[in-house]
Amino acid sequence: MSRASNFPPPFSARDYVAEPTDPADERIEVGVLIVGAGPAGLACAIRLGQLLEESPETAEKLGDVPVAVLEKGKQPGSHLLSGAVVNPRALQRLFRNRVRMDELPSYGQVPGESVYVLTRRAALPIPPPPPMQNHGNWIFSLSQLGRFLGEQAEAGGAMILPETSAEQLLVSHGRVLGVRTGDKGRNREGGELGNFEPGSDLVAKVTVLAEGTQGHLTGVALDRFDLRGSDPQVWELAVKEVWKVAKPLDRVIHTMGWPLRTGKKFREFGGSFIYPMGDDMVTIGLVVGLDYRDASLSVHDLLQELKTHPKIKKILAGGERVEWGAKTIPSGGFHALPQRLHAPGLLLCGDGVGMVNVPRLKGIHYAIESGRLAAEAAFRALQRGETPSSALSSYDDAVRDSFIWSDLHEVRNMRQVFGRGFFVGGALASAMTISKGRVELGKMPAEPDADQPLLVTDRDKSYPAPDGKLTFDKLSSVFASGNKTRDDQPNHIRIERRVPLEVAQLWAHMCPAQVYEVGQADDDGTVLVELAPSNCVQCGAITAKGGRLTPPEGGSGPEYSVS
Amino acid sequence: MRIAVCVKHVPEGHGHIDPTSKRLDRSGEGALNHFDANAVEEALRLKGDSDTEVVVVSLGPQKALDSLRKALAMGADRAVLVSDDAAAGSDLVATSRLLAAALEKESLDLVLFGQQASDADGAVLWAAVAERLARPVVSQAMELAVDDGSVRVKRQTEFGYDTLEAPLPAVVAVSDAINEPRYPSLKGIMGAKKKPQDVLSLAELGVDAGEAGEAGSRTTVLALGDPPARGDARKIEDDGNAAQAIVDFLAEKRLV
Amino acid sequence: MATLVFLEHHAGELQKGSLGVLAKAATLGDVSAVVTGEGARALAAEAGRFGATKVWVCEDAEVAQPLPQPRIDVLAQVVADGGYDTVLFANSVLAADVAAGLAARLDAGLNWDLADLEIRDGEVIGKRPALQDSVYADVGWTSTPRLALFRAGSFDATPAGGGEPEVVDVSPTYAPHSTAVKLVAQDAEESSGPSIEDADVIVAGGRGLGAPDNFTLAEELAKALGGAVGATRAVVDAGWYPYSAQIGQTGKTVSPKLYVALGISGAIQHKVGMQSSGTIVAINKDANAPIFDFSDLGVVGDVHAIVPKLTELIRQRRGS
Repeated sequence: MSRASNFPPPFSARDYVAEPTDPADERIEVGVLIVGAGPAGLACAIRLGQLLEESPETAEKLGDVPVAVLEKGKQPGSHLLSGAVVNPRALQRLFRNRVRMDELPSYGQVPGESVYVLTRRAALPIPPPPPMQNHGNWIFSLSQLGRFLGEQAEAGGAMILPETSAEQLLVSHGRVLGVRTGDKGRNREGGELGNFEPGSDLVAKVTVLAEGTQGHLTGVALDRFDLRGSDPQVWELAVKEVWKVAKPLDRVIHTMGWPLRTGKKFREFGGSFIYPMGDDMVTIGLVVGLDYRDASLSVHDLLQELKTHPKIKKILAGGERVEWGAKTIPSGGFHALPQRLHAPGLLLCGDGVGMVNVPRLKGIHYAIESGRLAAEAAFRALQRGETPSSALSSYDDAVRDSFIWSDLHEVRNMRQVFGRGFFVGGALASAMTISKGRVELGKMPAEPDADQPLLVTDRDKSYPAPDGKLTFDKLSSVFASGNKTRDDQPNHIRIERRVPLEVAQLWAHMCPAQVYEVGQADDDGTVLVELAPSNCVQCGAITAKGGRLTPPEGGSGPEYSVS
Repeated sequence: MRIAVCVKHVPEGHGHIDPTSKRLDRSGEGALNHFDANAVEEALRLKGDSDTEVVVVSLGPQKALDSLRKALAMGADRAVLVSDDAAAGSDLVATSRLLAAALEKESLDLVLFGQQASDADGAVLWAAVAERLARPVVSQAMELAVDDGSVRVKRQTEFGYDTLEAPLPAVVAVSDAINEPRYPSLKGIMGAKKKPQDVLSLAELGVDAGEAGEAGSRTTVLALGDPPARGDARKIEDDGNAAQAIVDFLAEKRLV
Repeated sequence: MATLVFLEHHAGELQKGSLGVLAKAATLGDVSAVVTGEGARALAAEAGRFGATKVWVCEDAEVAQPLPQPRIDVLAQVVADGGYDTVLFANSVLAADVAAGLAARLDAGLNWDLADLEIRDGEVIGKRPALQDSVYADVGWTSTPRLALFRAGSFDATPAGGGEPEVVDVSPTYAPHSTAVKLVAQDAEESSGPSIEDADVIVAGGRGLGAPDNFTLAEELAKALGGAVGATRAVVDAGWYPYSAQIGQTGKTVSPKLYVALGISGAIQHKVGMQSSGTIVAINKDANAPIFDFSDLGVVGDVHAIVPKLTELIRQRRGS
């Protein structure tokens, strides 16, 4: 049977590494350049603001713009999506206990929680397994938290540059000098429209990549500087909705089981989350590992199916959907982390390098902590006026000494364990948690998601027909993400367009935004894959499953506000 | 030459009306009204490399500064925001009064407006402002040229194309067909914050609170409801006569 | 309510839109009209047939050109002389500028984009759609005179069977700025058909047309109806039709009197660009296509079988 990885995309990381080309006086110089206004990038900017305020001499060395944050979305938060239940420790550390948790835009502490194993009709409660206990944690909309952190970063002196994509890594003599931003105003064929605006070379003393899952330049940097970890990274795809509801939900809910299949051959790992957001809103999402094998599997449609479960229907009764979105989550854990998190002139943070604790479904506080530590390492190097290769290695040391490392180490084999089938995996996972990782099962093999052999079932026949009230089709969901991407621009997705039918079907079902469609069949049994790139919400699933996402024109994509 | 461009900060995404105030909920994210971007672009084209000053003017809440900064990032020189709690809920009469007061403080050769505001769908503001300024006004401009103390405009009407001329100072509203607004360059975005941005209260503007907001308005929203159903919607299957059925339907509605 | 209606005319005929407003006003009570420009006097009788009991006429040189500002001076004079408390306009490029300028001149409230007007408990209430026709608002005025601008085509122009109106000449003093604009040249509409933005009729094609060549079906029908051709994002993406014809969220927003959708499924991205069209006719072979949820006439069938016949029938009807 086919594997998506047999049809690699026309993509080379080398194309995205270059020397600066703008004349020296046209390059834009900043002190520290941060790519990505997410929790990691903004935590870095906030911490730098604090350190520079205490150290004006260092601030002076950084010029007119000491800290700049690039964001490819319309504004901070537009591309941020998560559950989210957040462990407060990193936020408290970041704000040095000067900002109280209730001053942050949260939906309060977790009021209570339940875990269910679902079947088609029933919901069997089980005691929350230790990794899923959320007492003391806070419920946030990551998009809203991003906007708040953006305001804090700006108040601390950072300059946020939205609608700006970072397209190339500027490297000279083995050192990262900054990034080249993307062009704007090109048409579908790549030609220049009347208002064409070329990108710029943005150079900085230190560049921090905090691009989130499937970070474009992060992937390029991992290749260029040979930083990849021992295991290949693997991902899960989360599709979620935010609903206005008639009845308040009084607890955080996680489910396992239906509608995912438990047979080992399907390799369907995942579950759902349903979180209250105040009294009148609820967020519901389904997370599925992208190492699944059935080409007919569609996470979006499984989410629609999930909502028809009697217990869940009751939660949403009388409500209306207000937002939809999708994003991948890196799930390779400890063994997939890069060997080093720095290179000359470069620091890497957050989801981009896989700092996610999958059994606990947590990554935001690691992102914030890594951003904070990156700021401190960058500051130390700048203070001493040095940026040779070794100056930034203190960042790696700091991360290894932090709770990021110890937490991820504790759960290091848990994700892969579930690849062995739900029931076996569940028992092993519990054994590992209860023993705090001391039950060593050796390293489980981890293959890239795109290497999974495909099978084709008729799973898609049981997806519910969208009724526009409880269940929705993909196109109206893309609309509900706020996506208004300009159509007449170059295609930002790299895939092999002539593939066997099952690979095309894999992509068509996989993509929550209906970017891929099975086109005309050829005599040799292959089909053409048709694309509608302006639907793309940049979740990153395609990169996991055989293609490659690159950033489109700045400002494109979703405009999440409560995701 | 000094050109003012009147712009509006409008709610992003799907608009919601607040059922209590019956006004558009402006608490969420906002952006520069995209029709106003055409007007800013036209002003910048007229400016070119000369020392013409382009001033963007707006009436709105404090966060309207975000949209003004976008215009500054595109290349405008200065921003003026009239912002006062007492001005919230201003209708055409009150808004035009406040804008005219702000514009009168500048000595302007040209005032530009965009085609309409995406939130109120109103295509009327410029005529009211021009009347208060006692200046000639031309609307729906699809081509604009300034020459020797007058402005020449080509516009499209229901019947064809008119070419008009008016002496400066004048007010012109541009249609969205006039140009393709430029993207702000990175340098432009970074430089925008340093450009002058004045925020004026009603008192600083010299306008009494009773002439602004709801107090200064002459219209009001009384109630909100669902739109009437689309009449009797019909759905038929083609049995070979669909074409005739369509013609009959159109004839009934006097569309053919 | 003492009502005045602003009537527009072109090529010797009163415009249907403003006659419709006059006819509606006549149902609410006594109504006068004002006609400006060359040949205004000759049109007074017609205004009477549609319900005006008094017609103010201005044929000054200052209003010879179809420009708004001198008309503000005329209307301000008429409102004062006639004691009107309500002035109604049918939307047009000219009328919108006159109404808004008059609002500023008189400090009078203007409600625009109205679809209807009613008198309830002695109060005058306007009805207007908002937020792309998803809500309906009742709007009012807090003072007089009340100014109202109605959406094009809100009312049918049916003669009220009125008799000869009283005709009064009006010749105001014109403010200096009112006569500063000069019309230098006029060019008639290009014969290639109306643009999408202005068209009264749009025939739009989607993927259900099957192949790019089949867009001729839409083009022929559009020509027969005197309309413009539109396209969905899907077919523009596929290169079947140019982006300038794209209707929808990331294309153009239109509200013609008639929208004919051929082979269009009706995804929301398309819907938001055309949902406030007056009448929507959809032809699609998928009975479950979402477009049937918001069309006035939905036809489940094959566009290739139906459209050529439809085009021929329309040609015959209009030819005769």
